[in-house]
Order: sequence, then C-alpha cells, then structure tokens
Amino acid sequence: MTALPELNPARLREIRLRLVQMHFESGVGHIGGNLSAMDAMAVLFREYIGAEDHFVLSKGHAAGALYIALWSVGRIADEQLKTFHKDNTLLPGHPPAHGIADIPFATGSLGHGLSLAAGTALGLRLQKKPGHVFCLMSDGEWQEGSTWEALIFACHQKLGNLTVLVDHNRLQGFGNTTDVASMAPLTERLAGFAAEIIPAPGHDLAAIRSALATPTNGRPRILVLDTTKGHGVSFMENRMEWHYLPLNPERYAQAREELSAR
Amino acid sequence: MRKQFCDALLARAQSPEMVFLTGDLGFMALEPLQERLAERFINAGVAEQNMVTVAAGMARLGLDVWAYSIAPFCYARPFEQIRNDVAFHKLPVKLVGNGGGYGYGVMGPTHHAIEDYGILLTLPAMKVFVPVFDEDVPAVIDLAGDYTAGPAYLRLGRGEPPAGWSVPDYSTWRLLVEGDGPPVVAVGPLAGTYIAAIQNLPQGSRPALWALAELPVVSDALPAALLASIKRTGRIVVAEEHVQQGGVGSQLAMCLLGQGVAARLTHLFAKAHHYERYGSQSWLREQSGLDAKTLLALLEN
Repeated sequence: MTALPELNPARLREIRLRLVQMHFESGVGHIGGNLSAMDAMAVLFREYIGAEDHFVLSKGHAAGALYIALWSVGRIADEQLKTFHKDNTLLPGHPPAHGIADIPFATGSLGHGLSLAAGTALGLRLQKKPGHVFCLMSDGEWQEGSTWEALIFACHQKLGNLTVLVDHNRLQGFGNTTDVASMAPLTERLAGFAAEIIPAPGHDLAAIRSALATPTNGRPRILVLDTTKGHGVSFMENRMEWHYLPLNPERYAQAREELSAR
Repeated sequence: MRKQFCDALLARAQSPEMVFLTGDLGFMALEPLQERLAERFINAGVAEQNMVTVAAGMARLGLDVWAYSIAPFCYARPFEQIRNDVAFHKLPVKLVGNGGGYGYGVMGPTHHAIEDYGILLTLPAMKVFVPVFDEDVPAVIDLAGDYTAGPAYLRLGRGEPPAGWSVPDYSTWRLLVEGDGPPVVAVGPLAGTYIAAIQNLPQGSRPALWALAELPVVSDALPAALLASIKRTGRIVVAEEHVQQGGVGSQLAMCLLGQGVAARLTHLFAKAHHYERYGSQSWLREQSGLDAKTLLALLEN
C-alpha cells in the first residue's frame, strides 16, 4: 500500500482528463482501450502497488494509461507526459524497454504479459521475497495461445502472489471479440482452472476495491473487469474506431466536457 | 554432452539464485539436477513460449536462469519471447539447446537446429557457445554463467575426438592439428570429426585445423597464427553444421574483408533441412558435404 489517500472521484476525473489531453496533444489514437483500463490502473497504483510489488502491462497499447497512472502517483513528471509519442521521448506508444524504472518490460506484442508476471511471481517466491505481482490484460489477448500456456503454468505453480486484471471491453482490433473468435462468457472459460475468478464492474471504484480484497486462497486471482471501451466519452463508447483514431479539436472539447461532468 | 552439462550445473546449483527450467525434457540425464535443485528445478511443461518468458521474469529479479529444451524448441518456437522479453531487456537468461545441428539425426527435420545461431545472433547482446568436446562443457557453463551483458545460447552436441586423442583445454579458438596447408575453421563438434583424417597427412599439405566455440566471430580476437596462415596460403575453408545464411562463413568473411585480408574462402555448410531420405547425424553430414572425405577432396583442388 502506498501512503497516498484513497482515490476519490474528483481525482479520477483529473486522471481521465489528463489521459485524453495527453493523447490529444500528441495526436495519438488508442484512446478507447486506454479509457477502459484507466480506472483500474488508477486504483491499483494509488492504493495497492507498493515498493515491493510489480506491475506488468500485458496490453501494451494501453501505455498511455500506464504513464498517466504513474504520473498520478508522482512517478512520471507532467513535463515528461508532454513528450509522449514524440521524437526523443522515453514514453513511446507501447511501454519502453528501459528508461522508466517503474516499467519492467517492453510489451505490445500481445500474449507475453501473463508469462512475465508469472515468472516474476514465481521468482519472488523462490527468493522468499514479499511483494505481489499485478498484470493487466486485454480480453482479445485470450486468443493468443501463449496466454493459455501462462495460465496453466500460473495455476499449476499456485501463484497466490499474482493478480490478473482483464480489461473486458469486448472490442478488439477489427471487430467485437464475440464476432472475431468468441470465448464468451470468458468467466466460464476460465472457471475450469485452479484460479480465483472474480467478475466485477470495471468502472466502479468500490467494486474494484472489493474484488481486490478477495482472498487468493493460495491461487492466482483473475479479476474479469466489465469495462467500456472509450468509457466516459459518448462518441467513443463501444466504438471500435476509437481503438485507432486521434482527436480533433472539436472532439477533444466535447470529450473534456463530458469527462468533466462525470 | 548432457551428462557433463548436468554435472557442471550440479556444481553451480549451490547458489540459491540458480533456477533451471526445462520444457519437459531431461529423462535419464537431469534427474540428479532435479533432486539437487528441488523447487528451483521447474518442469515448465510442453510450453516453450511461456518457459522463455517466465525465465525473463525471473532473470529480471536477479536469478541465474537456465532454460533447456531440444535445440529447435528452445529458439524457433519462442523466438519472439527471446527477442522481446529476454534480449530487448538484455537479461542474462541462458538458453540451452540439446542436439544442435543435425544432432537428432533420423528423428527428422523438426528436431534439427541448423539455423539456430544465425537467427539468435541477430539479437542484441546475444552470445553463443558451441562446445567442441564433452570436456569443454564445464568451462562453457562457467563462461555462459558469468556472461551477464545479455542472453546466451548454448548449442550442445556430441564431442567426437578420435579415440586416445588428448583434448586440449577449452578456448574460443583452438588449433587442433598443425599444418602448413590452408587453414580449416570448423565450428563446434564438427571439428573433432576431421582430426583423424587430417593428422596423418604430410606436414606440407596438411591443413591447419582450427576449432571455434564462441560466436559471434570477433574480428579483433582472430588468432594471429590463423591470420598468418590465411595470408600465407591465400585460402581458408570454413565448415559448420549450419545453413549458409547467417553462419560463421559470412561472419569470418566480413572480419577478413574488414582487415583487408584477401583470400579464397570455401564454405561447407548444412545444405538442406531435409533430403529425400532420412538418416543419422553422420549420414546427414555426408549429404551436406560436411564429412571429412569431402573436405579432403576439396583441399586437393
């Protein structure tokens, strides 16, 4: 636990606004999948991730949300956010391989994060070190075979120091997950594994906290967060194109207005 | 080399930071290591992508991680995991491939590893060890274990020195047979298969046989005696159980050209992933023209 006070709705509003501002100022897309993951990451970094803990962003295209989460706890400076996605930056479109101490791994190719997190969790156990490993994934990543290799491994090794958060926004690169390669309902697909499967609303702070308070029972926990791509911005919500599109000034003004009113 | 490999790691296993991962291989070879390492010996199952990335996660914590499989399974299947998770972060994961080259012989082409080091050496800070003799393995384990600038790949095979021949101490470059003829550079265990055929030739026409055991080829580290014999004879032969592309032949050619050394280079290499019929490692070497007889015939021209 960090020493910061609990995340409140006003602070969460600032965080979402800063995320959208950063994307607008840098002319960058991927906003939809950042907004769906932002709330859970904001809670995690504010209230759960301490010096001994580790966080792996498996859905690397939510790098913006990771940078903002780190900014929100004072680990990345506001000035640095202004370099996002520009030449000579340490904040590229997917998490960097070096340069930011709180980012352990370059991710962006899907299906790697759960193995990275599992290796870290097992490594901590072998080293008899404290600390918990958190891994945030997309739902589309469950189409990668390596994700299932990692799940089998994490369950077999009884990694009770591992918590996986699935940003289940139901939209992927070129369609709905149910239309492309359905695994709906995902919680049932996961239910046969020796893990704690915890569905929760992914934009409700109290519900996220409650899910994170669930006992691990010596097994990995998987929080399946029911989220909305483009959460909080009416013209983005559940629209696939906001996986890609940057904001123009009019759209940005509207997004600010809507996010400020929430 | 599996027994020597297991023995060398047993010595290393006293460090509490050492972890060994296997992709479900090691029957009748690695049991002593499994017993010694206990919970630090992890059978990661038939899931090489996960195994390599788990290794990266552990190595980042400072653990001394070794990941083992049949050679092609430890680099070809999980190549992206090696690239993104291990090499991009310059993590000192040791990838150990058993049966490099045509080592799995008649088991078939899925089990051969004849493009392994060429592919892996394209990655940042990658170091490759190809021990020549079984006796080299302890030294190679020490060197690979001490290499912390990035990942290492160990291509294990089967040492084949002639009976009664005394194996010289390990070194990156070793002159196995002296001679005044054109030098032959052979990579890994292949070098041992040429000794018997070469050592009885007359001194004047006998090639100087060199064994190379570490890659990439470092231009500044080429032995002076090798360079001298290339310059004197105007010729060099490179033999490797690896495809032509990305092999030692082109690496060495680049080094020589970079130093302004002009020489006729003959390259013997693994010519095909599979032929019309299947066979043992020595049969496959013959099919590729990597056998001693073909080498000697070449040197007569």
